[in-house]
Amino acid sequence: MRDRAAALLLCAALAPGHAQTADAALDHRVQRVTEELRCLVCQNQTIADSHAELAVMLKHQVRDMLARGATEREAVDFMVQRYGDFVLYRPPVKAATWLLWFGPFGLLLAGLGLLFARLRARQLDIESDASDEELPA
Amino acid sequence: MIPELGNLALILALCLAVLQGTLPLAGSLTGNARWVALARPVAVGQALFVTFAFAVLVHAFAVNDFSVAYVAANSNTALPLVYRITATWGGHEGSLLLWVQTLALWTIAVAAFSRQLPRATVARVLAVLGLVAIGFLCFMLFTSNPFDRALPAPPDGRDLNPLLQDVGMIVHPPLLYMGYVGFSVAFAFAIAALVGGQLDAAWARWARPWTLVAWTFLTLGIFLGSFWAYYELGWGGWWFWDAVENASFMPWLVGAALIHSLAVTEKRGAFRNWTVLLAILAFSLSLLGTFLVRSGVLTSVHAFASDPRRGLFILVFLAIVIGGSLALYAWRAPTIGLGGRFALFSRESLLLVNNVLLLVAAATVLLGTLYPLFLDALGGGKISVGPPYFETVFVPLMIPVLALIAVGPAVAWKNGSLRDVAVRLRPAALLAAVLGAAAFLVLHVTPAVALGLLLAAWTLIATAQHLVRNLLHAPRGTPFVARATRQGAAWWGMVVAHAGVGIFVIGVTLVKGTETADDVSLRVGATALAGDYLFKFESLEKIRASNYVGARGTFTVTRGGERVATLYPEKRFYTVQQMPTTEAAIDRGFARDLYVSLGELTKDGTWIVRVQHKPFMGWIWAGALVIAAGGLLAAIDRRYRTRRVPAADAARAAPDIAIPVPSPSRSA
Amino acid sequence: MKRYAIPLGIFAILLVFLGVGLRLKPQEVPSPFIGKPAPAFTLTRLDAADRTFSPQEMRGKVWLFNVWASWCTSCRAEHPVLVDFAKQATVPIVGLNYMDTRDEGGRWLDKFGNPYALSVFDADGKVGTDYGVYGVPETFVIDRQGKIRLKLTGPVTPEIIQKTLLPLIRELSHA
Repeated sequence: MRDRAAALLLCAALAPGHAQTADAALDHRVQRVTEELRCLVCQNQTIADSHAELAVMLKHQVRDMLARGATEREAVDFMVQRYGDFVLYRPPVKAATWLLWFGPFGLLLAGLGLLFARLRARQLDIESDASDEELPA
Repeated sequence: MIPELGNLALILALCLAVLQGTLPLAGSLTGNARWVALARPVAVGQALFVTFAFAVLVHAFAVNDFSVAYVAANSNTALPLVYRITATWGGHEGSLLLWVQTLALWTIAVAAFSRQLPRATVARVLAVLGLVAIGFLCFMLFTSNPFDRALPAPPDGRDLNPLLQDVGMIVHPPLLYMGYVGFSVAFAFAIAALVGGQLDAAWARWARPWTLVAWTFLTLGIFLGSFWAYYELGWGGWWFWDAVENASFMPWLVGAALIHSLAVTEKRGAFRNWTVLLAILAFSLSLLGTFLVRSGVLTSVHAFASDPRRGLFILVFLAIVIGGSLALYAWRAPTIGLGGRFALFSRESLLLVNNVLLLVAAATVLLGTLYPLFLDALGGGKISVGPPYFETVFVPLMIPVLALIAVGPAVAWKNGSLRDVAVRLRPAALLAAVLGAAAFLVLHVTPAVALGLLLAAWTLIATAQHLVRNLLHAPRGTPFVARATRQGAAWWGMVVAHAGVGIFVIGVTLVKGTETADDVSLRVGATALAGDYLFKFESLEKIRASNYVGARGTFTVTRGGERVATLYPEKRFYTVQQMPTTEAAIDRGFARDLYVSLGELTKDGTWIVRVQHKPFMGWIWAGALVIAAGGLLAAIDRRYRTRRVPAADAARAAPDIAIPVPSPSRSA
Repeated sequence: MKRYAIPLGIFAILLVFLGVGLRLKPQEVPSPFIGKPAPAFTLTRLDAADRTFSPQEMRGKVWLFNVWASWCTSCRAEHPVLVDFAKQATVPIVGLNYMDTRDEGGRWLDKFGNPYALSVFDADGKVGTDYGVYGVPETFVIDRQGKIRLKLTGPVTPEIIQKTLLPLIRELSHA
């Protein structure tokens, strides 16, 4: 195993080549799609970043699909059909995830609302006390 | 023989912790002065035994004692000495011992620096720390003993995870733990206050420096973890909203809320219940983080080898500590009372808004992190919640925070004038708006980036204005140094920390909004482009070290024909663990980072290389460090270090506000 | 003063969820195909590159579809269990040789035994992806109508056979 690794590393330098600039737009689309997908093997990286064999293979599949004219939506759906919602890093918005997507904003409104209500009540308290104090003895 | 001494030391520490956790507490309630006096010596004794055990484990690593199972699992004869020593906290059992060791350090610190506190309070605080120590010591002794033997001893160890063989990774856990565990001090103060039924400005003054120091350590710990991930993991990312990253971020957010809340309780005696609750919450989130990392309940690259049995132990511990403290809060908080009065528009109310915003942010992170678990537990299937979610939801939550950071310091205590503040801050707001618009119209950044820059500029300009205004507002002829020092370190800490936030936001906005990257397959001699920078793959050579082999590439970076940098990314293969790692090469600059990493060698002999141009990346690190510096400054304010008379406190509390501040309540 | 007990209440709920969470397996990816028709394909056979196989040919039968590869160490662990299972001739097992080479796949079967009625050769893993394969070995139970009824990830053990596979196969065979 160690020899194989060393040998592989040695094999790197051959004839000079050119960086692929022709498919830059396609690359960007592939990047955008695969950045939203979870690598199922390592599970803590996106398919875009992972070097696991499965991830590389799926990245190629996405590229093929996009090159053949599929939309980004269709490429993502392809993955979801086969791997379920688990593969999406952006959870779908459905009844089961309403709390997830709308909870934070709802919590913000509730928190600020409650705070405002309590502070106003206190303000009125202070003002009524002050006016009480002004009553002539 | 020696590891058994370590085990014995832990057992003795546990015995002392039991004494520490019970007698002083009982004594403080029944008036038993002897028991109360036990607190310091017993606590220090417990801490010393823990330290001895820790030293024993380090020693076992240093001498390659593979008869200790934990050493065999995390070390190797080929591992350099410095990493052998730091491998002490490379695995689950050892990191637990580090946790308890950190608690020992904080315990000793509290025992040493609490002379001005009433004896009953010290007894209670140390007792609570003792109870926490009991939990962790039991956890270690019953489920995760680092001193378990592996007999017959293997001839060599399984080596430390290669990802941990790095300076950043050495320092990250201790710093982080100093933060997590440090919140236990604020927690202990809170419990002591609930038990004693007494809470006032003096309590806040005692608790605040401890909290600030803990929070500063946590800031540094999180910063370092992020900094390390950036150069070690190879894809140029620095925050992934991973479950364990979130587990450290939540206590940080609540800790920040706590610091601000303590400021109010200290100055005005207000928010007492709320501050106590926050202190409980901050430490609870620290403990929750411990649970999440070690129980296997969430998938994370950080997670230690998960074991549901250990998870159950921690869960029970959580139930007792957090449940117990929240029950105590429910019972005793009403007796503590509400505190000072303030108007709807006042610094107090703005600080409450700060708290609401930070807590909603923390709750959001918690929701996102635990949602997959919630849904799965309810039978709703498995989903993933990752960066796209957090970025979509969290960033907008930060907008109000950034809008208000610079406003708070400008508003008077108790009763502020909205008109006065608006007039005072209008120029800064206009200037920030102009800068934001300029970025959008002239530099053609996206609206989101423009907004981020606007908010950052607003924070920095308004904070600078506040700074200058306060320095100017002094009797004529006051020398500059005197002007600076009369504000007090706490005020400087606030200014610095708020400025740090602005710097950080500039970095994040520009990196996320304008960075360019390219993932290409290259042969030697080929080039890749990121932004204006051309990266040329010059050569590749083999490298070898004591426990890895690898390849190092040489890349020259040019811009407009001029050579800018030469970078040497590496791909290593650690032979014992059979694990590859990527060592990215980064050229750090004031206005940009240039980043190259070697990915994989493909079958046709080309390397997958990632090159990146990240504008203002360094500002993210700078911002974090400046925030930490602010925290430290605030902690060393003189009023925390010397005994003060209440009247002097009142005068010192608000040097820049004309409205007289009532003196804090007189109870000690 | 009930509102002071609210934090405690929220924590109690959280605790329940965390407790339940300890029993769950967060890494396992459930299959979206349960109850749905097994994706169609036509692949060449591993032993005979000129002959093909499609899942339709198995209509009317209950069968197992096992994903394996010569480079997969877990498959090596699972293999004897499958060989034993095949000997009992309960249901046929069709193998999917995943991202392998014909030579190595064939040699592996020669060396370690062949429990499969036949194996198909999926060199680039496309069929595997169509089935939602993410780690080898994986095993599918497919019913008479060609629907996937169960997906197992990881090696099949005798315990899994006794507790999960055989009862399900019995149920499906009587349907």
